[in-house]
Amino acid sequence: MQMPTPNSLTLAKKDVLAARLREVMPADAVIDDPAETRAYECDGLSAYRCPPMLAVLPASTQEVSDVLRICHEMDVPVVPRGSGTSLAGGAMPTADSVILGVARLNAVLDTNYADRTITVQSGRTNLSVTGAVEQDGFFYAPDPSSQLACAIAGNIAMNSGGAHCLKYGVTTNNLLGVTMVLMDGTVVELGGGHLDAGGLDLLGVVCGSEGQLGVVTEATLRILHKPEGARPVLMGYDSNEVAGQVVSDIIKAGVLPVAIEFMDRPCIEACEAFAHAGYPMCEALLIVEVEGSDAEIDHQLNLIKQIARRHNPVELREAKDADEAGRIWLGRKSAFGAMGQINDYMCLDGTIPVSELPYVLRRISEIGKDYGLGVANVFHAGDGNMHPLILYNANTPGELEKCEAMGAEILKLCVEVGGCLTGEHGVGIEKRDLMMTQFKPVDLEAQMAVKDVFDPKWLLNPAKVFPLSSSESRRVA
Amino acid sequence: MVIHPDTEDAIGGIIRDAKAPLRIFGGGTRPIWQAGGEDLSTSALTGVTLHDPGALTLVAWAGTPVQEVEKTLAAHDQRLAFEPMDHRPLLGGTGEPTIGGVMAANVSGPRRVAVGAARDFCLGVRFVDGNGTVISNGGRVMKNVTGYDLVKLMCGSFGRLGVLTEVSLKVLPRPETTATLTIDGLSPAEAVAAMSAAFGTPFEVTGAAYVTGDQRARTCLRLEGFADSVTYRMGALSDALARFGSHHDILEAGDSTDVWTSIRDVHALASLPGDIWRLSVRPSHAPDLIARLPDGARYQLDWGGGLIWAVVSEGCDLRATLAPYNGHATRLRGSDAHIPTFEPEPEPLAALTDGLREKFDPRRLLNQREPQS
Repeated sequence: MQMPTPNSLTLAKKDVLAARLREVMPADAVIDDPAETRAYECDGLSAYRCPPMLAVLPASTQEVSDVLRICHEMDVPVVPRGSGTSLAGGAMPTADSVILGVARLNAVLDTNYADRTITVQSGRTNLSVTGAVEQDGFFYAPDPSSQLACAIAGNIAMNSGGAHCLKYGVTTNNLLGVTMVLMDGTVVELGGGHLDAGGLDLLGVVCGSEGQLGVVTEATLRILHKPEGARPVLMGYDSNEVAGQVVSDIIKAGVLPVAIEFMDRPCIEACEAFAHAGYPMCEALLIVEVEGSDAEIDHQLNLIKQIARRHNPVELREAKDADEAGRIWLGRKSAFGAMGQINDYMCLDGTIPVSELPYVLRRISEIGKDYGLGVANVFHAGDGNMHPLILYNANTPGELEKCEAMGAEILKLCVEVGGCLTGEHGVGIEKRDLMMTQFKPVDLEAQMAVKDVFDPKWLLNPAKVFPLSSSESRRVA
Repeated sequence: MVIHPDTEDAIGGIIRDAKAPLRIFGGGTRPIWQAGGEDLSTSALTGVTLHDPGALTLVAWAGTPVQEVEKTLAAHDQRLAFEPMDHRPLLGGTGEPTIGGVMAANVSGPRRVAVGAARDFCLGVRFVDGNGTVISNGGRVMKNVTGYDLVKLMCGSFGRLGVLTEVSLKVLPRPETTATLTIDGLSPAEAVAAMSAAFGTPFEVTGAAYVTGDQRARTCLRLEGFADSVTYRMGALSDALARFGSHHDILEAGDSTDVWTSIRDVHALASLPGDIWRLSVRPSHAPDLIARLPDGARYQLDWGGGLIWAVVSEGCDLRATLAPYNGHATRLRGSDAHIPTFEPEPEPLAALTDGLREKFDPRRLLNQREPQS
């Protein structure tokens, strides 16, 4: 993975910069010892590592503003970091950059059930947002798999999704306002407790901008009352095509499940070996979950089961109680861990129109054969967000590169059928150089123009999202 | 004279060759932002180009009538869930609303409070910027974080960054039925409390409005879904709100639909003389705000109190009233040119907005309006 060559002039500023930062923050919030900065050398895309020049851990919006103002004055790049769970390298530093971690910003500032909002500092973890309101029956809907660890700041930067997006939407649909610091230190308020923007929807473009437009320090999020109950049904089919058709038929029938998860045979086998969830051995397995009262759940599941039966399932299993529901979800929730036990894997994140599911699954399998690498599929089928896991051996020289080439081919396939490179993980460095397969140069130019406005010097997370060749003239300038 | 280009390329050519400002619109039914210049309408750029019911997506050219989009969806028991309002009754327009206009003005309806706004259902756009360049952003899939979300930036931009040419939308199934719980005679504070309490249940309220008129004030709470489910939840919701008012009634199916069309299009205020304002606030601030409205003002609450529609005497500026609260006010109709249509932004945000306009429309051709002298 190519990264820009560190700027030697910037590297030479390290001591002066550290001293200036210590004037505005407690000494322990500025980390310059190489033994300690190593902790920030990578995020969830751990194949790529590079310790930053410095790391800072501000504890207030004011401190974030001071850090950014000083770095702006000294022309030092800043890489914002939530909890470092990005799978795309969104928080990966360069050697001449300052990591700005928001981990110390973790307070709940306000909960308001009348208005159904919660305001938190952005370093707070996703799950602990729900944790702050669940005793009163509320929850925060976006639920990325990393929700135990990932921070709201990172969720906003990547516009994170989760398993329940089909019904509740992704981060951008549940974000009402932010306090954000621009690269020059200016503090801005976007949105608030109300539902729409008074002018241009700047909040909408900030969400998903991968930490390139500003550093979010506080966020006002929409919270919802929990449903009365939820129950999954599991169904197995002897072909991916048929399972894909079932997904489409369920959606067309007017039932809106809260989640439709899809696993193929390699994934089923791995999960079964790992978690012993009692899954049937078949080509494709669907887990469909609906919400409501018991009677409402029965009604919806009956409709879903009727559709399922029309396609001759090899297994159709409804959870009778919480224990059985837990067992149905057990395998799915341990899928990534299960795959990790048997192999190194790379997790892709392309989205496709649901109607293209059978074709894309067949092509992925063919591409895997061409490359001689195994691939397992586990994904959110209701919204077409695929997660092919390419299996490889990191210790075999050249295999990572082969895996990446195969991944690129699969993502190009997603774009060809009308989809996109990334549904919820973000571009980061991982998909940066594939952007040209989805966008024309003018499309990327329009996006970069937005960064020009928010961060004219291109100091915030500059080597991400856009192909280095596209952003080069701006980064150098 | 109105120019009606029927291709994206033609729009690009017109903008590239333009020597003077252009006034961009779709059907012209939302004359909220009164720009000057030569008229350019997208109403000849029409057609639904894709409807994939199994993927819940629809793609259409910007000038496609909303009615045509809705008809296409209805044939498969689907709909635009954000319930775009028709501004014609309120603003007296006569044209045909277009889907591009809906997105350019981020037009939603009562269901916005539950499922999201127009911008939340817009998956992708194509637009022509002020240089005449055709730009594509987003796509036709529900989850897409590839690059910046310019879709959101375009939704609600009122044609000030570019001319929308194509939109791709997330659509949803149309529920089997609907019903509305009405509670008569609540005060504004009681009504907002009742609506907040309703959203604080698991019964999935999809509309919460408070309509005042010649009769007693009426609080309306909508449920939608499968018939048995609506019946069950209606009973449970009414029980949960038993402490609010003594006159609970239920409007079934067609009657329920009618009342929400009336709320969506603000029929109660449409024929009143005066200036029309739209205030977006925290629901819990609504009762205080209403109490501060000038004498003679008439109003309606939607979004559980988060959206206040108000008719006040001509020239009355509600921004001073709103000032103590977080939120914003738009004047949709009014004659005093010194009162800005949109909420003036504080300095750092105004600089960002200006910066974006400078990038996307450096010659300031598109729906620009010079500040009043």
